[in-house]
Amino acid sequence: MNLLEHLGKRLLRDAGLTTPRGTVVVTPDEAAEAASALGPNLVLKSQIPAGKRGKSGGIRFPTSVAEVRSAAEDLLGAEVAGHRVSSLLVEQSADIARELYAAVLNDAASKKPTVIFSTQGGMDIEEVSSATPDSVKRCAIDVRKGFTAADAALLLAETDLAASEQAAVGRALMRLYQLYSDVDAELVEVNPLVLTAGGTVVALDAKISLDPGALARHRDLVRDLTDELPDERTDRVRAARDAGLALIELDGSVGVLANGAGLTMTTLDAVAYYGGRAANFLEIGGDAYTKATPALELVLTNPAVKSLVVNFCGAFARTDVMTEGVVNALQELKPSIPVSFSIHGTGEEEAIAMVRDRLGIEPYDRMDDAVKAAVDAAALPEEVA
Amino acid sequence: MLVNGNESVIVQGLTGGQGTFWSARMKACGTNIVAGSSPGKGGRRVDGVPVYNSACEAARDHKLDVSVLFVPPMAAAGATLDAIHAGVRKIVLLTEHVPYQDTMRILAEAVDAGAQVLGPNTAGLVVPGESAVGIMPGLAANIFQPGNVGVLSRSGSLGTLVCLNLVADGYGQSAFIGIGGDPILGTTTLDALRTLDQDPQTEAVVLVGEIGGVMEEEAADYVAEMSKPVVAFIAGRSAPPNTRMGHAGAIITGTRGSGESKASALTAAGAHVVDLPSQIGSVLDELGVRSNVVGAA
Repeated sequence: MNLLEHLGKRLLRDAGLTTPRGTVVVTPDEAAEAASALGPNLVLKSQIPAGKRGKSGGIRFPTSVAEVRSAAEDLLGAEVAGHRVSSLLVEQSADIARELYAAVLNDAASKKPTVIFSTQGGMDIEEVSSATPDSVKRCAIDVRKGFTAADAALLLAETDLAASEQAAVGRALMRLYQLYSDVDAELVEVNPLVLTAGGTVVALDAKISLDPGALARHRDLVRDLTDELPDERTDRVRAARDAGLALIELDGSVGVLANGAGLTMTTLDAVAYYGGRAANFLEIGGDAYTKATPALELVLTNPAVKSLVVNFCGAFARTDVMTEGVVNALQELKPSIPVSFSIHGTGEEEAIAMVRDRLGIEPYDRMDDAVKAAVDAAALPEEVA
Repeated sequence: MLVNGNESVIVQGLTGGQGTFWSARMKACGTNIVAGSSPGKGGRRVDGVPVYNSACEAARDHKLDVSVLFVPPMAAAGATLDAIHAGVRKIVLLTEHVPYQDTMRILAEAVDAGAQVLGPNTAGLVVPGESAVGIMPGLAANIFQPGNVGVLSRSGSLGTLVCLNLVADGYGQSAFIGIGGDPILGTTTLDALRTLDQDPQTEAVVLVGEIGGVMEEEAADYVAEMSKPVVAFIAGRSAPPNTRMGHAGAIITGTRGSGESKASALTAAGAHVVDLPSQIGSVLDELGVRSNVVGAA
């Protein structure tokens, strides 16, 4: 779960870091009002869950209240980097002496939390890493011990920061790690983390991503943050989320219902391989295997869907339970589109009999044949009534 | 890791619906289940198996080689640490949505104790005719048959499809290793590949990967040194970028984690990369791998 910058900065402040003074606004009037209150030297930042906002025009540097208003008029409601801008952060710009980079993230290779620091901040860290790898310092942490003052000192010792700067930056890094640990973040990234002329460490940006698996133990935090999260999804995607399903809508016409992430991806690959385009990614494996009925409703209410392939390979997920849900939904919704099935694994005999007896459809033995049938059906011209 | 029919297994979360349902199936596959644990349920028996309050408690009465965990995400860390402290050295963590910082804590403890962890978010492992630990349909004769092809897969459902196709094409399996769909795993693609390479029953390996992460790329150097043939399928090559495809680990960010990157690394290492799982059997035929299943369902 990616947090918008201003929510991330709230967490940074709660963790003891300094961020520039600023106000979140949703109208040009509010923006002008905030600008008058904050004084000169402002920056106006689109609150969207995307990186590289500067390059896509989502960050402006107005020099007067009138310019703040016109920039806000320009940005609010506009699309920046594929996202609709519904709020802006009006913020005092910092007195930057030096731009640094700091992040704490889960590293799959070492299987450890990793602190990353560079004195080359303000740029894309992957570019910095490939251009000047020596300037990027990494420190893998034992999650049971945490990031200690000694770790911070060691990490910063080889940089060209002055001793007092190293101490201040070290404290900031420890606070970032504490925040990462406290909120079960997957990523806490501050780019740039700046040193001001007065030697203060200030977080100019905040990119925080929370671990979805850990949200259950941070209910208060989530309630606090999600109230303010923009919801730009389609009605179907929202309905899926409410039903505990993760729907990804694609731009094709072959509806796909399968169980398990790997099998669902493979079904999509097979649709592409046989010349079709999938309309969705929707899997009902794992804990969701009893949710076949709501899942199918979501697929079928997409008007672009011209055919449906149901592909089940049950291990943990019982194919008889999933198929019963699908058959019930098909009998209730009576879609006019052709449906093909391939069913194997736990409970397959009952499942195949159910499809045969209640729908009069013969499931295909091989997934490829079921997918081909759906691709062919979707390619047919629509019948003229 | 692999598990044989003599190794003793504890089922943590045995008294839950899934624990009970799958324990019966695992036993039918030959798995030697000697104990179960569920906090507060000690003293019961499930299908003849004694239940303890913890793995540590069970370890006083039984030698425990393997643990398989049917526990909810928030209980996974505590239960796994219990197994490690009980002296279990092979741990199959089926649970999906374990918080990542808990996973890292579990894996750090496991490394210190010398324990191996399969998962989290794995469907488990099967040695056909010998044992099944987890939630794979080890009993289904059309999916699992004893044989000489080792299969490793991040996904359980896709692993099931691959095994089904293998049997239909005449190939039984020496072992199926489900490594799990999470980004941070106790057993990586490389670890499982090494296990199958060292397994005398395995004559060829089917590597089932998927988009996201760099585990397949990291296994490529090892593939290049193997004498056993490797056939690989990478799921999700048609997936849009920057979208999490069901598995927490299945996301392409930039060019990192793309199917093309994995396929080209594996191809360069000498693996035979197929476009769809249905093509695996004919590649094994071409490679001259011995098929052994006759009259498969």
